[in-house]
Amino acid sequence: MRETRYWTWHMAAGVVIFFLLGLHMLIMHTGGITGWFSPNGGSAVSKANSLARDRMLFFTVTYILLLGTALYHGLYGLRTILFELTLKPAVEKAISLILLIVGLGLFGLGTWAAVGTHALALAGGRG
Amino acid sequence: MAEIKRHDNRLGLWGWLGGGRWGLERYAYILHRVTGLGILLYFLIHIFVTNLRFRGIYLWVEGSFFDKPIFKVGEYLVFVAFAYHALNGIRLVLVELGVAVGKPIEPVYPYKTSLTVQRPLLIVMMLLAAIVVAAGGYEFLGLTR
Repeated sequence: MRETRYWTWHMAAGVVIFFLLGLHMLIMHTGGITGWFSPNGGSAVSKANSLARDRMLFFTVTYILLLGTALYHGLYGLRTILFELTLKPAVEKAISLILLIVGLGLFGLGTWAAVGTHALALAGGRG
Repeated sequence: MAEIKRHDNRLGLWGWLGGGRWGLERYAYILHRVTGLGILLYFLIHIFVTNLRFRGIYLWVEGSFFDKPIFKVGEYLVFVAFAYHALNGIRLVLVELGVAVGKPIEPVYPYKTSLTVQRPLLIVMMLLAAIVVAAGGYEFLGLTR
């Protein structure tokens, strides 16, 4: 039952990622066509445009949401693939624990940087 | 709580890498996993690289470390992997929810496979992925500048 719930979350996270990462990809890789969220013109990944997006709360919130859902979706997917190799229950438990720690650690790191960069961009940027 | 019955995966990695004589969807499944693992690897690196901007380090802007053709090609491959994985993933979610798999029928000989009912969905999703890949390629080749 628990695995069914995890699998349902995996699918739901995939749908959330489809929209958020889709928007991210459209901005970053088709910016020359759409020109979305690149107020300074030129490349979407220029420092000026990166700072402009970091100033917007929308991006800080969606970055954190995308970070969480993508980490869950990706690491759960990796766990599923590894578990198909018919591992011993103790090894499965260890893998689950390692992936949980890695996921939470990266989520903490990414959230800290997203919030910090937003505050920094509002204060006028750095570098 | 009932325990899940375990079956030995005697083929190991080859069990999911080899498509054998199965249909197109089986190969779509292999590619879905390969692209998923590739995207995950990129994503984990991406978290560290983008976090550096908190220290004022922008490794992806013009003239910096990642502004090299090899990384640009690599980034485009990730984009292609994303386009495939995302649209094939939506197909998998739809099939999981029972969309586009047809109505259940009596198993009367000669048996009919539901794969032919699902096939149009795969084709539509792959066409959409091709459009996204082409749009990204247009930008990647610098045709928008």
